[in-house]
Amino acid sequence: MNIDDVSLLSRLKLSDTEKELFAGQLSKIIEYTEKLNELDTSGVEPTAHILPMNNVFREDKLRNSLPPDKALNNAPDREGFFYKVPKIIE
Amino acid sequence: MTIEESKGAIDKGDITPSDLTNDLLQRISGVEEKLRAFVTVNSEEALIQVKMAEERLKKGGKQALQGIPIAVKDNICTEGFRTTCSSKILENFVPPYESTVTRKLKESGYILIGKTNLDEFAMGSSTENSAFGHTRNPWDISRVPGGSSGGSAAAVAADMCIAALGSDTGGSIRQPAAFCGVVGLKPTYGRVSRYGLVAFASSLDQIGPITKTVKDSAILLNIISGHDPYDSTSANLPVPDYTSVLGESIKGIKIGIPKEFFAKGLDSEVEDSVKKAVKELESLGALPVEISLPHTEYAVAVYYILATSEASSNLARYDGVKYGLRVEGKDLLDMYMKTREAGLGAEVKRRIILGTYALSSGYYDAFYKKAQQVRTLIKQDFDKAFEKVDAIVTPTTPTPAFKAGEKTNDPLQMYLADIFTISVNLAGVPGISIPCGFTSNNLPVGLQIIGKQFDEEMILKISYAYEQSTNWHKKKPPL
Repeated sequence: MNIDDVSLLSRLKLSDTEKELFAGQLSKIIEYTEKLNELDTSGVEPTAHILPMNNVFREDKLRNSLPPDKALNNAPDREGFFYKVPKIIE
Repeated sequence: MTIEESKGAIDKGDITPSDLTNDLLQRISGVEEKLRAFVTVNSEEALIQVKMAEERLKKGGKQALQGIPIAVKDNICTEGFRTTCSSKILENFVPPYESTVTRKLKESGYILIGKTNLDEFAMGSSTENSAFGHTRNPWDISRVPGGSSGGSAAAVAADMCIAALGSDTGGSIRQPAAFCGVVGLKPTYGRVSRYGLVAFASSLDQIGPITKTVKDSAILLNIISGHDPYDSTSANLPVPDYTSVLGESIKGIKIGIPKEFFAKGLDSEVEDSVKKAVKELESLGALPVEISLPHTEYAVAVYYILATSEASSNLARYDGVKYGLRVEGKDLLDMYMKTREAGLGAEVKRRIILGTYALSSGYYDAFYKKAQQVRTLIKQDFDKAFEKVDAIVTPTTPTPAFKAGEKTNDPLQMYLADIFTISVNLAGVPGISIPCGFTSNNLPVGLQIIGKQFDEEMILKISYAYEQSTNWHKKKPPL
């Protein structure tokens, strides 16, 4: 595992100590999961959802939702009814 | 006191809800320093809620939990009341909406006594991965209470609340219930709405009760179960009255004993207690049958691929934009990276990294798809077993509560603490842990009873029969 690549993919900065620690621990865990390769799973359907349930639809009708002020109440930074983030477009 | 007892006492006028709440708040202030079971104690608001409950009672209110103080794991959203997931990233998060389970408890008249500690985002087996202190085991404070619902289990065991809610993704209700000597039920996937439960691994997460008795477990399950339009994975099936089967005979009921659960690594005192429990069930008329769940040894590997993959996706929302902590950076990417670095703890970071890796291009088939295929094999093991038996009986955990700090440096050893509970989540079936004895060190041992999908009645019935013929649940920790 290239820990710098995965750290960027995860949008998660790691310190050098963490990188070293995790690299060791994760390679042990990955090695452990390799025991799954003992099993021949050709032709076995993967299970993504455990209940025999398909798409659940509802009528396309307007319903009550959270008022914007309430929904934005936990925002670290906002302006009016918008979340405020650092400049994206140069 | 149990829910049943406190309701009886309130109805008879032997105790008022105010007295009950005050007694518990006093108990909490007496032992909380040692146990750290709570993230937030609802000392002030609870007393207001209880006055309102008393008003309703005076007017003849007959709700199931009128004035009864219950603790809720701090990853279940309570409107207007801080919900942290024991994470720095949500330290000041106040949910703008109520989870379905707590809405149902509210409608039943409960008092929210506090929000309990957990492993950050429910990731862990010892409640040592909390940003707000480590919970300790009431039976021996040098030991862990289990996890991730360790705060809820410790609070119930130590009489800091009447009952509690937990959540269970790989054993997080049953394992701490076993370690703390209380009753913990993980319902069938889809039995209880997950709306407002902060998502960890959405295909495995389920909310359930942690209680002092089996009866209380059935009472709470009655309230929280059922279809919810806000959770499209909740099952649209009728909810039976789970208390109505309690007391029925278990004569002739076939209980499967999977040989894979009695192998190397099982503590001999745990094994002894569980085997005695099986004998006891036999003497009550149950018929033990040896069965095999051949893919048991692969469950932990499957789980740690699927759960971390789902977590890496679910936790992407903690980016410093919509809620929670933000650490400023030189641009948007830098802000994301720094916010998550500062806000998340080591175990959560480890799992996000592992899950992102497992889902990344080129590795997906080898890890994620392979794990989903083995999940199918594990599910089929259960299907085959349930053709022959009505329920499956195992130890809940391979050992009793371990020492604090013992496994914190070895994540794989920590993961293996869940070896007996994980396959139940993978198969989506219900499982309960009930007290079945004590080790020579006076540590509780848990018996796990597993049922068919949506057959909580069977496991509650067996649990109740066992509980009524033993006294383990009456023992209290020496605090």
